[in-house]
Amino acid sequence: MNLQILLLLGQDGMTSGAVYALLALSIVLVFSVTRVLLVPQGEFVTFGAMAMAAMQAGRPVLLAWLLVTMAGLRAVVATWHWLRHGVRPTLGSWWALPYALGLWLALRLLPLQSLPVGMQALLTLALVVPLGPLMYDLFFRPVASAHALVLLIVSIAVHGVLVGLSLLMFGAEGARAQPFSEAGLEIGPVTFNAQTLWVLVLSLALIVALYAFFERTLMGKALRATAIQRLGAELMGISPTMAGQASFALAAFIGALSGVLISPITTLYFDSGFIISLKGFVGAIAGGLASYPVAAAGALGVGLVESFSTFWASDYKEVIVFTLVLPFLLWRSLTTRHTEEEA
Amino acid sequence: MPMLASVALSAALFAATAAHAQVKVGVVSSSSGPIAAVGVPQKNTVPLLPKQVGKTTIEYIPLDDASDPTASVAAIKKLIGEHKVDAIIGPSGSPNAMGVIQFAAEAGVPLLAPVGTAAVVLPMNDQKKWIFKTTQNDDLIAAALVGHMKKAGVKTVGFIGTADPYGENWQKVFSSLAAPAGIKLVSAESFQRRDTSLTAQGLKTVAARPDAVLIAAPGSSAVLPQTTLFDQGYKGQIYQTHGAALDDFLKLGGKKVEGTILAASGLLVLDEMPAEDPVRKVAADYVAGYEKLHATKPATFGANVYDAGLLLQAAIPAALKAGQPGTAAFRSGLRDAIEQTRELPGTQGVYTMTAQDHSGFDERGRVLITVKGGRWSLLK
Repeated sequence: MNLQILLLLGQDGMTSGAVYALLALSIVLVFSVTRVLLVPQGEFVTFGAMAMAAMQAGRPVLLAWLLVTMAGLRAVVATWHWLRHGVRPTLGSWWALPYALGLWLALRLLPLQSLPVGMQALLTLALVVPLGPLMYDLFFRPVASAHALVLLIVSIAVHGVLVGLSLLMFGAEGARAQPFSEAGLEIGPVTFNAQTLWVLVLSLALIVALYAFFERTLMGKALRATAIQRLGAELMGISPTMAGQASFALAAFIGALSGVLISPITTLYFDSGFIISLKGFVGAIAGGLASYPVAAAGALGVGLVESFSTFWASDYKEVIVFTLVLPFLLWRSLTTRHTEEEA
Repeated sequence: MPMLASVALSAALFAATAAHAQVKVGVVSSSSGPIAAVGVPQKNTVPLLPKQVGKTTIEYIPLDDASDPTASVAAIKKLIGEHKVDAIIGPSGSPNAMGVIQFAAEAGVPLLAPVGTAAVVLPMNDQKKWIFKTTQNDDLIAAALVGHMKKAGVKTVGFIGTADPYGENWQKVFSSLAAPAGIKLVSAESFQRRDTSLTAQGLKTVAARPDAVLIAAPGSSAVLPQTTLFDQGYKGQIYQTHGAALDDFLKLGGKKVEGTILAASGLLVLDEMPAEDPVRKVAADYVAGYEKLHATKPATFGANVYDAGLLLQAAIPAALKAGQPGTAAFRSGLRDAIEQTRELPGTQGVYTMTAQDHSGFDERGRVLITVKGGRWSLLK
């Protein structure tokens, strides 16, 4: 092992670590606001990457159908509640359908393949982000006050269904997008791949933006309040539904952006998202599913450990990475006071 | 009277069905789950399989095992117990196939496995005599690659393979053939199919400075090791196994996989195959039929299932002499007849089975292929 290999492995670990960190943040966010352990987080990554690759390859973006279907379901559910229980639907329960149809039409009409990469990325985000709140409304809101275990089961079910749909929409073969730019940057003996820099810079920017969002905006403060004391926040006039939708929207945004960022570096498959978000989850566990900075640092550590352990023992990489969770769990279980959650 | 009539009618019906007895064939493929890339073209091939031999019709019962070996066993048991099938084609994955051998053998149902691992038919024993395999054994492909390396003067080789039976068996087979040819394996790295970064394995391989690198990975997972080596500036020759012989390999790899050498069936380079090659016509028919039905080119995995259909078609007339479909006599006759297959051209090569060799390929089952100008091309 010389300096060059050390730097290259470090760069590799930082790149994966940055993505894991983003996912860890969104897992912590969703968990603390809604108590949902977001197993389908990885699907947002896959959807983002695959939709982007489909646009560039000139294939129809079948993901638009999923958005239209989910928005349609949402409108049906709202209408049913209106007729049956006299609950007047808010504007919010119907907005999604015209939006989804409009986007679906736009994706059919626009010359997707020849659009600049930035536009393709924006369209991908426009497609994936609304899936987050829709997912919350359809699957999690009706059971929002249930036991955390119920929420976890629903979460796993949604993940299973989405992986199946993902296979239908994107096919079994992997996909890959074009890099944002071909240039590289030489620092010392190591050439930094331009895409790697994009990942690092955008991840960092996003982390800073998230910090500003939570510290400086009313919405962010409302989310934090809900995370700290749900009932208290509700008494203060913060709608838990709004908080849930917002946290799922953020999770979808972070996931889709990660997908768009890494799709030019690696081949992603219809079911790749799960293993990526699982590594983000290891980071989130390091932070006790509560602390953002520790979760981000933990995820970065996972990336670095993964990279170096692959170099020394490629056969045991996965074992080493997932064993990392044990000391944290042990430490947590020894240091935290246990309180039974009311059912 | 009406009762007598109905008895006569059912007797007549029975006679009619007996005369045109149906052969039932179960097809188990992994059209969902992690190895769906292999299973989907196989499932898509089922409508193209031969439907009739003489007066006997063949009915196919397709099942999906979702890539799960336990589900493969359940599917096989269902086919044997409920559907009373006469033969089975499948399952798609090597671990899946290994798990079902005993059940097919116990029920005495011939099973044609379109899987990579030679372990399903080797070493031959009482159970495996019911199993046939419609893919080239790894050593046949590896011998072609080692032959090319020797000619090209390659002395040292780095190996990158998947951490599953596919990669592990390749490492074993390749190193056993390379050593006598004076080729040294200087590094051996493994990875998982879903890995998103192979930087570390690439660095370690490049650091060992091999003349050539052999990548053994199935489907599109063969792409990332090679693009990683390209990005790291590796300049030696890169070899791939027949696992990479897919059009997706070209699509995903782009210019970074230019010049790769692999050995596989001639299916990829049909236009360049000599006109008198017996494989060419069969393969061209299959490709044309598949394209008409699904508007895409078939992967070799589908062709392996098609060949299984051809083997059955050729064996059924002899089996009918042994007994009626649906009986143990027919099934064992079918097994014997498949074992007697001589010089049968398929899409993957020419099959000549023996009691010891249930894969039945010779060197007509593979050609050396390279990537030139973004297309597969016969290596001359």
